[in-house]
Amino acid sequence: MALGFRFDLEELAADTIMLNMGPQHPSTHGVYRAVLTLDGEKVVKLENVVGYLHRGIEKLAEDRTYPQIIPYTDRLDYLSAMLNNLGYVQAVEKMMEIEVPERAEHLRIIMAELSRMASHMVMIASFSLDVAGWTAWFPPFREREKILDLFEMASGARMLPAYMRIGGVASDVPPKFFPALERFLDSLPEMIEEVKGLIVGNEIFIGRCKGVGKLDLETALAYGVTGPNLRACGLAFDLRKAKPYGIYPRFEFDIPTLPNGDAYDRFVIRLLEIEQSARIIRQAMAQIPEGPVQAKVPRAIKLPKGEVYHQIESSKGILGFYLVSDGGNKPYRLHIHSPSFVNLGIMPKLAEGAIIQDLVVIIASIDFVMGEVDR
Amino acid sequence: MGELTDKLKEVFPEIEPLEDPWVETVGVPATLLPQVVQELRDKHGFNLLNCLTAVDYIDQGAIEVVYHLMKVPEAEEIRIKVKVDRDRPEVPSLADRWPAANVQEREVYDLMGVIFTGHPNLKRILCPDDFSGHPLRKDFQLKSAGGGE
Amino acid sequence: MEHIFTDLAALVAGWVSGSPQWVQTLVMGCLYLIGVLTFIFLNCIFLIYLERKVSAYIQQRLGPNRVGPRGILQPVADALKLLGKEDIIPEKADHWVFRLAPIIILVPAIMVFAVIPFGKNMIPVDLNIGVFYFLAVASTTTLAILMGGWSSNNKYALLGSMRAVAQIVSYEVPLAFSILGVVMIAGSLKTSQIVAAQENYWFILLQPLGFLIYFIAATAEVNRAPFDLVEGEQEIIAGPFIEYTGMRFALFYLAEYANLVAVSCLGVTLFLGGWHGPWLPSWLWFLIKVYILIFVFMWTRWTFPRIRIDHFLDFNWKVLLPLALVNILLTGIGLKLYQYITLGVW
Repeated sequence: MALGFRFDLEELAADTIMLNMGPQHPSTHGVYRAVLTLDGEKVVKLENVVGYLHRGIEKLAEDRTYPQIIPYTDRLDYLSAMLNNLGYVQAVEKMMEIEVPERAEHLRIIMAELSRMASHMVMIASFSLDVAGWTAWFPPFREREKILDLFEMASGARMLPAYMRIGGVASDVPPKFFPALERFLDSLPEMIEEVKGLIVGNEIFIGRCKGVGKLDLETALAYGVTGPNLRACGLAFDLRKAKPYGIYPRFEFDIPTLPNGDAYDRFVIRLLEIEQSARIIRQAMAQIPEGPVQAKVPRAIKLPKGEVYHQIESSKGILGFYLVSDGGNKPYRLHIHSPSFVNLGIMPKLAEGAIIQDLVVIIASIDFVMGEVDR
Repeated sequence: MGELTDKLKEVFPEIEPLEDPWVETVGVPATLLPQVVQELRDKHGFNLLNCLTAVDYIDQGAIEVVYHLMKVPEAEEIRIKVKVDRDRPEVPSLADRWPAANVQEREVYDLMGVIFTGHPNLKRILCPDDFSGHPLRKDFQLKSAGGGE
Repeated sequence: MEHIFTDLAALVAGWVSGSPQWVQTLVMGCLYLIGVLTFIFLNCIFLIYLERKVSAYIQQRLGPNRVGPRGILQPVADALKLLGKEDIIPEKADHWVFRLAPIIILVPAIMVFAVIPFGKNMIPVDLNIGVFYFLAVASTTTLAILMGGWSSNNKYALLGSMRAVAQIVSYEVPLAFSILGVVMIAGSLKTSQIVAAQENYWFILLQPLGFLIYFIAATAEVNRAPFDLVEGEQEIIAGPFIEYTGMRFALFYLAEYANLVAVSCLGVTLFLGGWHGPWLPSWLWFLIKVYILIFVFMWTRWTFPRIRIDHFLDFNWKVLLPLALVNILLTGIGLKLYQYITLGVW
């Protein structure tokens, strides 16, 4: 030690750093925050921090009449607002035992499936963006724009339509709706081909996603993961088939599944589900009868005393509305079981051992919407 | 009262079948909850903890913690209700054996103030850490946050 | 047209011909510097516009089309906006290093242009180790990025600058090796001689593999997508540049484009025949070729997703470097065969 200093191996040992990812970060999809413990670029531990978008919708609902709650449900998963509408109004109808007119039922299915497509398109687009595949962002958003135009025709609003009503839908669609829908469905395969050509088969993309965030079926179920993320683990579980609601049993469609449960499969399954949704819409278009779109409901809606748990297959998984009524015109308690919130619970597990670049891919592949996580 | 309730009742005589037009419902004492859930999971194949929430029945001085379990992919359901004292709401946590309960129990703790004993990380999840009170309780006073009024 | 720039230089040289030697050297040096700076800044301004337009057309958009005819003045508006931004220096930053980094990054970006033959007899300094000089100077860019990332006192910046070091240091190696093939054929490190050797056929025909390796390594060297890991907007949010605002940020931006022009210029010089070409003036040919190469750089940027850092380094050491070595070996064998066939001696 002629130089007069010594190396202490203990001191030279690498230390971990804490990194705050979010709530303002381009890839945390809203105001999700992950507190990371990093060893170099490797994630040692991830802690979820949510609640930045907590608006207390469940508490607000206790002070609103039943029809007044419908616009609030729009703000849950704001990328598929129609699906939230559907879940809520069906829960209320279940308790009131209302028969919904045929035309309204068909319109609901069309809107719900369009919403599912729109949500999946956002996922595909933002996923591509998160791996810096800038150009693949555009085809899905181009098509989503057409869906929003369709919503606008039907309800006057694009993102938050509040279109469904207890006992039907707000109004019938204008005559130009169905031709526009037809055109949209015809242009859909082109978008899917574009996305496939730009990104699905790309070597770098496959390298980024294959085997990343791998989830086996056992773990997925234990963590309560549902929806496309569960189906990407190889289990064909879809409430539209397993526990049908509305008029879903009348339509023919498949439940796509993929075996690996990694980010790549979670991406591809959304593309496959878009195709199936298009199939359902085509059938609904062919079958839709003329007639009223609103059942006769009392002016002041009061629910009998009791409780109901109604769940639908939302674009992210099982969306449930647990409604407790004390016989009044306002719910005594409304709990919203949101798939994003539960799916997000698996982040700490998936993130272990991933590098930051993987983490971005995992976050994108889980596909959560903070409006629904925080409610 | 369904078939499943009968089978459960054989093992746990303390449980109480409840009426519900749509789904089989059982009332379970808080202490027995982990065993009942274990039984349902291992023997009857209820592999998905679907929904976990709580309702504040202030008139009865009770909080009811409600569990919805589901059998996947058959989509068979059962609802479990645990009634606890409103002033000392304590329910054993399921988080260690059922990770899905982890975040949902935290939410119920945050908004309803139910203490889940044995939970690994029972912190507030939706409200800020320095928040006081549990907003979904019926006696929670709503007021503006920024000192208006 | 052909001699417009050389005549200009001769004119200035004529004015100062009576003065002492050191004045002549100084004046001519300044003249070349001004020429190079003009070239860099005009190109950067145009590239900002071009990048936006190219990306827009790839993505079914129109791109900038409001400021000036077809949006051509957009870069001016951008520059004015950046000039007007508040200059924020984080309190916990290492102030001097933080301020120096954006200036230092420009130095190598400008210096490398000294050895680029922009046209016939249009080379600022014809060094006998031109290519070597280019590589040596270009690699110091790492230092400035590291300075920026370290001094920002931000974890994202730190991660980004560490990536920069790993990336640029490793991709130097295949970059240098890919150039060796050309140097072997031309028999010189002088850029002017390399261009002269391509009078009949471009080296891309003799060195297709070398060109491919050069292109990939150069993309990595200038941090462009799909190898823009240093910036990584989606994961480390612009990395080393995260804390920079206004003009300081613009300088990094400028250096990035200057580097892009520089590697394209070198690529043209080494592989695409430099300024050789029929009919048009030599400097125009050079410019056209440079822009074709830049367009390819943009094309890859807007169609590929970003690669993962470990795959990226794997690719370098396990694929690119061995390939570059094989290329050198094949070039050597080829040269010997050529010698044997034409001269009949080994």
